[in-house]
Amino acid sequence: MSTQSTRLAARLMVAPSVIVLFIWMIVPLAMTLYFSFRLYRLLTPDRTGWVGFNNYLWFFNAPDFWLALFNTLALVGGVLVITVILGVLIALLIDQPVKGQGMLRILVISPFFVMPPVAASIWENLFMHPQNGLFSALARGFGMQPILFLEDYPLWSVIGIVSWEWLPFATLIFLTALQSLSSEQLEAAEMDGATPVNRFRYIILPHLTRAITVVILIQTIFLLGIFGEIFTTTQGGPGSASTTLPYMIFKQAIVAKDIGRAAAGGIIAVILANIVAYFLMRGIGRHLDN
Amino acid sequence: MGQIQLTQVRKSFGEVDVIPGIDLMIEDGEFVVFVGPSGCGKSTLLRLIAGLEDTTSGTIAIDGKDATHLPPAKRGLAMVFQSYALYPHMTVRKNIAFPLKMAGMSETEQAARVERAAKVLNLTSYLDRRPGQLSGGQRQRVAIGRAIVREPAAFLFDEPLSNLDAALRVGMRQEITELHQSLKTTMIYVTHDQVEAMTMADKIVVLNAGRIEQVGSPLDLYHRPQNLFVAGFIGSPKMNFLAGAEAAKHGAATIGIRPEHLEIGAGGPWQGTVGLSEHLGSDTFLKVALDTGETLTVRAGGEVALRHGDSIALAPQVGKIHRFDASGKALA
Repeated sequence: MSTQSTRLAARLMVAPSVIVLFIWMIVPLAMTLYFSFRLYRLLTPDRTGWVGFNNYLWFFNAPDFWLALFNTLALVGGVLVITVILGVLIALLIDQPVKGQGMLRILVISPFFVMPPVAASIWENLFMHPQNGLFSALARGFGMQPILFLEDYPLWSVIGIVSWEWLPFATLIFLTALQSLSSEQLEAAEMDGATPVNRFRYIILPHLTRAITVVILIQTIFLLGIFGEIFTTTQGGPGSASTTLPYMIFKQAIVAKDIGRAAAGGIIAVILANIVAYFLMRGIGRHLDN
Repeated sequence: MGQIQLTQVRKSFGEVDVIPGIDLMIEDGEFVVFVGPSGCGKSTLLRLIAGLEDTTSGTIAIDGKDATHLPPAKRGLAMVFQSYALYPHMTVRKNIAFPLKMAGMSETEQAARVERAAKVLNLTSYLDRRPGQLSGGQRQRVAIGRAIVREPAAFLFDEPLSNLDAALRVGMRQEITELHQSLKTTMIYVTHDQVEAMTMADKIVVLNAGRIEQVGSPLDLYHRPQNLFVAGFIGSPKMNFLAGAEAAKHGAATIGIRPEHLEIGAGGPWQGTVGLSEHLGSDTFLKVALDTGETLTVRAGGEVALRHGDSIALAPQVGKIHRFDASGKALA
């Protein structure tokens, strides 16, 4: 790949896929941008026209918009904190040599294979249900009132469900990272007088920084768009207590059938994602180098 | 101080006895080399002394105190690993200071000790680099630096030079020897390379299948090997062995003669033809196929002009023949 002609050939060969990917990205984005400045309601399709920033203004003035924004970020942040901390701990645990290690690992990974709406239904009906749920049975066993998870702590419940789904992913990445740590380094630290806690802090954790960065970046991408779990369980409620930006867009598009407003919400979501990505890359992106 | 005594130390992994029972005394200030073929248990023995493996039975005493069940950090030993085991995310300075930091030493004392170690090892200008930016020899020095700052009772080296190229290995070999002479601390050095063992050791421990075959000074092992294994392992090129009628003439089951103790010249008792001749400039190594069917390696002067197919006669130098009985033990 050094001569001018091979470099030109390389560009030509790569060009088709780049062009397809670019079109794939730019057409929906351009159309969303276009609709976000239009009056376009499916219930009154004959009334159309340019409305300037009205769709955006509606969003900013909506009573639950800022709450939805906060909920979106709280959901992302909460799940990240839980999955990273628990993921590291579980990875450390299942990295230990035990009997039935392969089976144990498959069990730990298995939640990742459950589809989001199914996972949410399982949690809603088998664990958090006030009459039939496991948690309510436990609470009654201790003589306490069952906790109304989805009514009293809707956002925390959703965070819990999503964390359960994403924990295997984080654990898997951390486990492979742990396995690439040379045992001689740990032995050297042991000879140097490092206690288990110090070995974790000075040897294992620095070794895991890149894996943690990868987990945070990948999960953020997916968590910003979490929808199925909310739709299946709380429907954004009670009130707007567990409404996120994607859920708000869904309500405008499918419930209110206002395509213009939904498109404006979509553009806001794109901008939010870019802001989050910018701060993430500034904050932890350097761990991806070398 | 750094006197280490092993008493009936045994190590087994499951059913397999890796070390069936070893008694060994290592005196303070000695440079002891464990040498043996791969899989002979020399690294395991070192790890037992370090405390990285549990002994199955027997005792390890350091400076007269039982250390068999002490954790590695409490034994006061420092180890240099084959892969160096440097911490990649720390600078050289932090790598060297790590054991001091773990010991809770003050920052100023840490800095002073790191400076001193860096000066001894010529690392002063690399202190702020990461291990990834260093060459193999420099990494090796950082690993040694991390060991010496602790001022341990003894240093343990686990094949430290096997990842270096040949030229660097010779240089580092000399540096480690000089370090031992200036520090006068006990050093235990594991290698499979008998040249390293011969050049560095005060005392060589030859191991085979988890057993000690012989303990002695390098020249002691060279001149008076106690058995066939040591005779064949120490010395390069290997000692020649002859069995059968030729050995019976000397009243032994096997006789051994080193390549450098064979004279070329008419009238020698062993006639043969030259197979391969390797000219090294200073020496010539000849592989000679004897008429009786055996092959002898001969070390001759650099100017010997013998070629493939030439016939020669060989004579052993007087008094240089080693005699062994049927069980492989040396006969006096």
